[in-house]
Amino acid sequence: MNAPPLFLPAASEVEEAFRAALLDSDMPVPAGLSDGAGQPAGRRYAVYRNNVAVALGEALESGFPAVAGLLGPQNFRMVAGIYLRRHPPTSPVMPLYGAGFAAFLETAEALARWPYLGDVARLEYALRQAYHAADAEPLSPEALTSLATGDLPRTRLRLAPALQVVRSPYPVIDIRNRALGLGQSIGTRGQCALVTRPEFDPVADPLPQADAALLDRLMAGDTLGAALEETGTDPTPLLSLLIARRALTGLETTQ
Amino acid sequence: MLDRRQMQALPAAPGVGYKAQHYTALAADPGCVGWLEIHAENYMGQGGRPLAQLRALRERFPISVHGVGLSIGGPDRLDADHLARLRDLCHWLDPQSFSEHLAWSTHDGAYLNDLLPLPYTDATLARVCDHVDEVQAVLGRRMLLENPSSYLAFDESTWDEVGFLAEISRRTGCGLLLDVNNVFVSAVNLRLDPRAYIEGFALEKVGEIHLGGHDEDADDHGAPLLIDSHGRPVADPVWALLDLTLARGGPKPVLIEWDTDVPDWPVLEAEAARAARALDRIASGVPS
Amino acid sequence: MTTKTTAVTLASAFAAALAAQAPAAGAATMEKCFGVAMAGENDCAAGPGTTCAGTSKVDYQGNSWKLVEEGTCLSIDLPKDDHGMARMGSLEPLERDHPMGG
Repeated sequence: MNAPPLFLPAASEVEEAFRAALLDSDMPVPAGLSDGAGQPAGRRYAVYRNNVAVALGEALESGFPAVAGLLGPQNFRMVAGIYLRRHPPTSPVMPLYGAGFAAFLETAEALARWPYLGDVARLEYALRQAYHAADAEPLSPEALTSLATGDLPRTRLRLAPALQVVRSPYPVIDIRNRALGLGQSIGTRGQCALVTRPEFDPVADPLPQADAALLDRLMAGDTLGAALEETGTDPTPLLSLLIARRALTGLETTQ
Repeated sequence: MLDRRQMQALPAAPGVGYKAQHYTALAADPGCVGWLEIHAENYMGQGGRPLAQLRALRERFPISVHGVGLSIGGPDRLDADHLARLRDLCHWLDPQSFSEHLAWSTHDGAYLNDLLPLPYTDATLARVCDHVDEVQAVLGRRMLLENPSSYLAFDESTWDEVGFLAEISRRTGCGLLLDVNNVFVSAVNLRLDPRAYIEGFALEKVGEIHLGGHDEDADDHGAPLLIDSHGRPVADPVWALLDLTLARGGPKPVLIEWDTDVPDWPVLEAEAARAARALDRIASGVPS
Repeated sequence: MTTKTTAVTLASAFAAALAAQAPAAGAATMEKCFGVAMAGENDCAAGPGTTCAGTSKVDYQGNSWKLVEEGTCLSIDLPKDDHGMARMGSLEPLERDHPMGG
């Protein structure tokens, strides 16, 4: 394999100016650009400005549909326009763009009255990550029923790569559902969302406080026995949910 | 049905840009569509539906991997992580073709999600050739480089686009991807003769042809400004340019790109069928 | 809890969890709209001409953005968190108390 070249010709002044003015509409159209027939490029340059803003803005809109619904199209386009200018992607993989959008929404003064927007974005990003996460075969019912009772306390759960937990002081699942027209009622408590991908489509389930605490211990690497001692929670509901969501992929019995 | 295991290259048949919403229709009956093109960046996750679909499709169709994010025309060094992702994708997928654009999208580390233009100078020629060499070395395969759509020209350019692309091909050994709609869009926008562009193009290096729809706008002086939107049927003058290209260059794989306002499968298949008829006319020697 | 009791608790939890499973639904389809919209895909199409997204003179530098009255936010009225872990902002229509008075 050839080593990559150490030195490449630097960008020309026009190339630098072309880049600098793309996301800053207060800057003049760079000099040295024309219509091919001697006239200055003028609004032809706006095509590129527009392409960049639209392409990045639409990527955010398709990645955060609930936030877009909550803000409304005009507000979302403006908020996205600010975000994409301050935080353009650092990778060409657009399915991953927007990792910092939740934090951005939370720190934006103008959005302070809607403090839950960040958590809705966090949940949407977790769902998107789950969509692209590695595949994993769930444990079969046979494997689950053939466990030796005596080994169970010394056993750790292996969970699917798509699994994530998003905690919020707001009813974040209910708010997302309302924004997407998937539900109407909004509860009064904060929600902890268990994000899984049973097959190809991610799901967010509300996880009761006690189950979330138990899952925390298990995800931190506790054995079933240790997690149970620590939390005193009946593991049946959590196990039932993990099995239903095909998120329980293995068991490791320690010595 | 094509036996993809025997195919080393894309067939000289119509292909379409693959969209996930067409999976079921395509699996049931691809019609005249003989191969598929995917955008590399949408298949760089770890698993899930995109990769499951692609694993199934590769058993039935020759696949072209079309990168949109490498920024071959840009001043930054190529993104090593991204190049590694492309290498991994090409490794497991073993596609019949890999192509990218004569354009840039990353500058000072920011990826702008658009295919942006570069001046055609000796300096940018050296840069692009270095980048193409690096891509071909890392992927271990020959790549195709695509001509862009242009909305403006750089005063500092000293090469014309046809000569610039031919020289890149000569220096790096890469093949070319001729987007006939881009030729038409650029020619109208920059007041060039699209037929002369095609007649001067290194057609013997062309491994694939692209067709897509464009929108019409206007510049400050009311001159037509065509936009490469990929959101409507291919325009009639572009079909005429395809006939010219095939007549001069012989049969090639011809792709229909439709990326925005994506229609139902039958509409896309009908566009592919029109490309199939153009290919048939060449094969049977009927003048177009 | 002794280790033995824990083991029995866990065994019955697994048994109950399995018994609670609904019969498997049909296999998920390869094609479903969810992912298509979720993915935020790359493509190589151009945006719509010279419209305002790239060229409008919004103050993208400052923090004083002007929101308009729209969106589901307007109709969501969040009650307070009843176990007091965090105070939830109640959602009022924008015109009632807008930071910019707009």
